[in-house]
Amino acid sequence: MKFREYKIGSRMFGLAFGLSMTITLLFPSFDLAASVSSEVGLDKQLAIGWDSGWQLSDPTLLGLNKPLKILVKKDPKSGKPIEPAIYAYVYPAGTSLPNGVIHTANLGHGVEELSIKDGRITEAQKKDGAVFIIKHSDHLETFEGKGHPLAYVENATATMGWTPDDVIKAAADTDILHAGSGKTMFVREGCWWCHTLLPEQTQDWQVFGAPPMLGDFNGMSPTSFGSDRKGPDLLHVGSRNASREWMMLHFFNPRLVQPHSIMPRFDYLWGKVDAKGDKIDFAKWRKEYDEYREGQRTTPPDVPMYAKDSEIRNLIDFVVNLK
Amino acid sequence: MILKYLFAKNKDIPVGSSAIYFGFSSILWFVIGTGLGSFNAAKLAFPDFVTGTEMFAFGHMRQVHVLAVIFGWISMAFAMAMMYITPILGNTRLWSEKLGMWNCFMWNIALSLGLTLMWMGVTSGREYSDFPWPIDLAVAAFVSIPLAVNVWMTILTRRTQGIYTTNWFFAAATFMLIIVFLVGNLPEYFHLTGLTEAYMTWWFAHNVLGLWITPVAAAIAYYVIPKVTGNPLYSHRIGHLHFWSIVVFYSTPAAHHLMSAPLPEWLKSFASVEGVLILVPAIAFVSNILLTMQGKWNMFVENLEIRFTVVGVLLAIPLNMQGGFQQTRSINWYIHGTGWMVAHAHLALLGFSTFLEAAAVYLGLQTLMKRKLYSLTLGNLHFWLLLIGFSTYWISMTIAGLIQGAGKIYEVPYIDVVIAEHPYMIARWLGGSMVFSSTLIWLYNMWMTAREGTIIPSGRMPHELAYER
Ligand code: HEC
Ligand code: HEM
Repeated sequence: MKFREYKIGSRMFGLAFGLSMTITLLFPSFDLAASVSSEVGLDKQLAIGWDSGWQLSDPTLLGLNKPLKILVKKDPKSGKPIEPAIYAYVYPAGTSLPNGVIHTANLGHGVEELSIKDGRITEAQKKDGAVFIIKHSDHLETFEGKGHPLAYVENATATMGWTPDDVIKAAADTDILHAGSGKTMFVREGCWWCHTLLPEQTQDWQVFGAPPMLGDFNGMSPTSFGSDRKGPDLLHVGSRNASREWMMLHFFNPRLVQPHSIMPRFDYLWGKVDAKGDKIDFAKWRKEYDEYREGQRTTPPDVPMYAKDSEIRNLIDFVVNLK
Repeated sequence: MILKYLFAKNKDIPVGSSAIYFGFSSILWFVIGTGLGSFNAAKLAFPDFVTGTEMFAFGHMRQVHVLAVIFGWISMAFAMAMMYITPILGNTRLWSEKLGMWNCFMWNIALSLGLTLMWMGVTSGREYSDFPWPIDLAVAAFVSIPLAVNVWMTILTRRTQGIYTTNWFFAAATFMLIIVFLVGNLPEYFHLTGLTEAYMTWWFAHNVLGLWITPVAAAIAYYVIPKVTGNPLYSHRIGHLHFWSIVVFYSTPAAHHLMSAPLPEWLKSFASVEGVLILVPAIAFVSNILLTMQGKWNMFVENLEIRFTVVGVLLAIPLNMQGGFQQTRSINWYIHGTGWMVAHAHLALLGFSTFLEAAAVYLGLQTLMKRKLYSLTLGNLHFWLLLIGFSTYWISMTIAGLIQGAGKIYEVPYIDVVIAEHPYMIARWLGGSMVFSSTLIWLYNMWMTAREGTIIPSGRMPHELAYER
């Protein structure tokens, strides 16, 4: 080894690099690990499920292995109406459970204890599936001297006997949101190269809504904040515009509703057939649209209604769910 | 050809083969990467250009461009520089040409596979670490670890007393790349989530740029300038300052990419301050190189490699002035998430670093193939198209970014910002297409050099011969 003379140098290097990793990785990890999941965070993590990027159970990002977010208007067991209606997060049998249920520490101090004790989340099993709801505790959790009501997760399968099948059967299709699969579409289609999910802590929020808080992301992967914007921030887009019709036209061809948009067309997410099961003739549509653009037609061709199980349905569910 | 050497005995492989293969691979990836870039730019200027298919959607192609230029062009050009410069500086041969050949072969395969999958939408959804973790592990195993082994073993088996500046950087950067790659992808192996995932994503992105691309590009300048001008490096002390301040200051400001996320405030303030300190290595580097040029400034005009290197070094000045200040809160507020950042990214990678890598590949291929550059005219054309194309890109996106920033702060309806940016999007596309065409010229020029360049007599260096065309 002719490296002897560099002994001091290599040790200094180890020290410098080690110190830098300690400050930039180890120290922040304590802070971040201490974050307590907010209600927004719980809703996101339960609606989106385990992971939205590449995963072994969905290697080509088709939106598999995902929960459903379902508006429950009456108790699926007793049939009694629930006023006001609540959202249930339904994990059909075999669906990976969200991170906070598997690693409860992820929920943060207070929420973790409540979710285990009152919410019985540790009884949820991937192989049988589970239904979760968000509950609020009566006792206040003190944090920095102030009392905060905490939201926590309840395993409705354990506490009330709601099975995933019950809840899905009792719900109308319009009450079911495929927001989890939609997030996979959002990641796969690269919406986050043009849209952020992170209003900034400046005036930004007056247009795009409140910037997120610590605890709004627990259990989410990937967070897909996005780094450069070519379109509006989408974190709260569902509160600005929840019209599914507008979304449908806009995704099929953004220039139908916004002539100056540079957003790409996502018509290919419609798949082969429309809601009635008829084959969609894209070539014809594009031809007619070009004629419309050149002024040979007074109206653009009609946008086909998407099928219930199409990818665009998932994506629209995800987008309108961004409240 | 390459197959013949993959299974040959190490001593039967001609010296420099792996560097030559890496050199040509890098130029090919340069062509592919900038071609994709210019295609993407066309889509942002004219959204209905090639539309309606998943494969050619912007969201599927953008990351392919970015990773093709970073891991194809830039990193392979680095590998070429290392396999050629490290042995020369150690007065020895590359530790293993065979490992180098396999490294090059597997690198091309792993990258093509990863990019094809990503093009289909197979992504982890994390910027810059977009590859799913099995591909990440393949990259570590076939790309960065073999490269580091070869570089380190060559340095350890050197036949010189000391280690020259360039080789410190090569040794440290190859080592840090492995660590950054393995640690930065932890969220994927262990399914870390939430802000931890977001922060680690940017920790990776920041360090890949700061601990891999910047130091290795600088190391190239430390070699090319003294070698070609014949001047000794102005100061080894300043070189030390550069090296250590990169390790200390450049590895810490990762959080400045997430200034508007709810990360701990101390972390953001820390990153903000550390970020300004990158001016230390930057000033050390630029002054050291420019002072080395003393008395030889005529070569800036006359010699192609020097011209590329010095332009790269000069571009490091605006680059670091931007880099040092754009993460202070008062400025980040304005420019975060706008085209300004895209301009800055291209100033770093297409300006500063690409010019330095191009110099290394020009010089290395001529030296190793013992052939003088085929045509100076084509070389000049390459240089000017690259410089003008890049400047057009940089200026247009900077303006677009400032418009976007103003729109953000004055709450202009977003669509008006999109309309106002449109001319600059077209300008960017034109500039980028110039860069793309320059790469085709370069590929042709290097190919012709390999076939028809004048043979350089042994013991002579390329710049000692006159250009013939
Ligand atoms: C090339 C960049 C680009 C991509 C990729 C892109 N968008 Fe857009 N998007 C825009 C622009 C620009 C606008 C603003 C103009 C408009 O309304 O079309 C916009 C507007 C929107 C809006 C309306 C926002 C509002 O405030 O009303 C939604 C919703 C949206 N995009 C969703 C998506 C989704 C989901 C995807 C991925 C499938 C996506 N976008 C991909 C550029 C893009
Ligand atoms: C070696 C040369 C190049 C390198 C290293 C490079 C690198 C990059 C990087 C790092 C990004 C991400 C930027 C960010 O996230 O802020 C990017 C984006 C991009 N690049 Fe390049 N690039 C190169 C050449 C080109 C060329 C020639 C073009 C042609 C116009 C181009 C067009 C683009 C476009 C359109 C984007 C997307 C920007 C956006 O999302 O707003 N690039 N490139």
